[in-house]
Amino acid sequence: MSVPFKAPASTPSSGTPTAVRVRGVTKTFGTGDSRTVALKGVDFETREGELHLVVGPSGCGKTTLLSVVAGTLDWDAGEIDVLGTRLNGMSKAAVTAFRGRHIGFIFQQFNLIPTLTCVENVSVPLLLNGVHRHRAEQTAAELLQRVGLGDKGRKRPTELSGGQQQRVAIARALSHEPRLIICDEPTSALDRDTGHHIMDLLSTAARAPGRCVIIVTHDPRTYGYADRITEMEDGRVRQVLEGDALRHYVDQHT
Amino acid sequence: MFHLALKMLMGDRAKYIMLVGGLTFAALLMTQQNAVFQGLLSWTTSHLRNMRASIWVVEAHVDYANETKPLRDTDVNRVRSVKGVDFAVPMFQGILKAKDSDGADKQIMLIGLHGATLFGRPPQMLAGSLQQLRLPNTVVIDELGVQRLSAKGRPPIKIGDTFEINDREARIVGICRTERHFFGYPYVFSSYDQALQYAPRQRKMLSVILAEPKPGAAIADVARAIQRETGLKAYTSEEFAKVTVDYIWKNTGIPMSFMTTIILGFIVGVAVSGQTFFSFVLENLRHLGALKAMGASTWMLARMLLLQAFTVGMIGYGMGVGLAALFGFAVLPVGQPPFLLEASSMIKTAVAIVVMCCFSAFLGIRKVARLEPAIVFRG
Ligand SMILES: Nc1ncnc2c1ncn2[C@@H]1O[C@H](COP(=O)(O)OP(=O)(O)O)[C@@H](O)[C@H]1O
Ligand SMILES: [Mg+2]
Repeated sequence: MSVPFKAPASTPSSGTPTAVRVRGVTKTFGTGDSRTVALKGVDFETREGELHLVVGPSGCGKTTLLSVVAGTLDWDAGEIDVLGTRLNGMSKAAVTAFRGRHIGFIFQQFNLIPTLTCVENVSVPLLLNGVHRHRAEQTAAELLQRVGLGDKGRKRPTELSGGQQQRVAIARALSHEPRLIICDEPTSALDRDTGHHIMDLLSTAARAPGRCVIIVTHDPRTYGYADRITEMEDGRVRQVLEGDALRHYVDQHT
Repeated sequence: MFHLALKMLMGDRAKYIMLVGGLTFAALLMTQQNAVFQGLLSWTTSHLRNMRASIWVVEAHVDYANETKPLRDTDVNRVRSVKGVDFAVPMFQGILKAKDSDGADKQIMLIGLHGATLFGRPPQMLAGSLQQLRLPNTVVIDELGVQRLSAKGRPPIKIGDTFEINDREARIVGICRTERHFFGYPYVFSSYDQALQYAPRQRKMLSVILAEPKPGAAIADVARAIQRETGLKAYTSEEFAKVTVDYIWKNTGIPMSFMTTIILGFIVGVAVSGQTFFSFVLENLRHLGALKAMGASTWMLARMLLLQAFTVGMIGYGMGVGLAALFGFAVLPVGQPPFLLEASSMIKTAVAIVVMCCFSAFLGIRKVARLEPAIVFRG
């Protein structure tokens, strides 16, 4: 499934297949006075089986990068390959279908539907993939069990704490066994201990062979969970860290 | 996904009730007003159904069934002599003053039937005998007549009782059932000759000539022949009904005032359901965006919105038409206001509700189609 590519100098390629590859992507919002260049030629790469953190100060373009990788936002120039599929030139409908099959989402604001029960919320990606209702709810209940909320299936999200809601969101992101999981600031709406709990879950439950987890964060408490970190600054990648450099970076920031 | 769409809809209690309530109100208003209007229209031709004649011959300037312009007595024989006419009889109709048993003035619709045949007789006798109209000073009254001519707080008048028409005695020999006349006056039947004695004396007293065609002759052809040969107007019963309804449409403000209310109901329905549904979509935009991010196509979301819109539409329609029917059951025994709920009225309401639902869903679908799923990443 890997796409042959010339790795940028800063990220030496290993034997593991590439999950996401972004080359020279630019994105500008607005025109005239309100013009903002959010991405100024970004190269970015993740491998399968990896928990990859994208860090950097607020406004540096992390969310924008995540959005174009997820195919939820158009970009201006550059190439994007996700799980061996080139997103350039794909129709909106095809990208939507691709997303539904292969990508799981976890949002800062959880984005659970308040009028549905937890089981129903978790079953949504399965239903969208054509799984029958009964089967989908069964799987959803099992996943809630896995994130430690086996007894909360019939509750509504609003009856749960923030940390519990984010665990429901994790169960939802995992339910259709996507190969890429995309998380935007999953801990920043949570207190310290809960944030750690969520990161524990993401690094155990979400991580699987062949699956890549990308987490955007500016929360240094989460750095210790990373296999690799891409640090962004002002619409560009500042550095990519792994191995000793990563350990040193984590020690420095925590 | 569709069961979740319904849960999302009904989970928002306030908007759900507002939507169903708005659509119920619109469906009720449109159906009820239409039924009252249709009822009123049917009243305009009830006179024709009460007399049940095939051909109505009237004065040349009569434009609708509830108008009376007198004919000459000799016209009866002129009609009789037209080829294809089996028989023709005179009829008197006029609004006269009567006194109830307390002496209070009441208006009545006096019908004078041809004595020998009693042709044009009321559709159903409830008591007494129509034949006794051949005795002097006798009348048959309808149920409304019993009601109107009875004095307050006393037992209703019955066969054998008398009252006054134009200061002349009228003895009741029968009670009949009729369809209510457009003018709302009770029917009082007498013989033709008797009616002429009750009515104020005028040069011409004949109101209508009722005619029947010979067996095998086409009614319309005979009517045309009568018209051609006598210079009078001759309508078949159906034609007379049609010109009467046309007359109401062209010459009265009645249809317009009903239409106004019905259109108002439609506009209220469109506004309330459109506005409420749109704000429901706006409130759920974030969740719809999340669904889109998770792979729901615009087509899938559109079908969810259509299902939601049509669910409230169907419930609102059912409740609205149901309430209109209940209104009908409540007023029909009273006889006021008129009420005639036809399948075509219900279909018209259904079409209007479908338009409202489509409009509401369209507003939402347009929003959802333009929705960038990336909004879900924004705080
Ligand atoms: N939809 C948008 N319209 C206009 N400007 C935007 C939009 N989204 C992001 N931006 C701008 O792009 C820059 C990068 O934003 P973002 O990717 O959200 O940063 P981060 O997630 O790192 O905080 C910011 O300056 C932000 O104001
Ligand atoms: Mg962000």
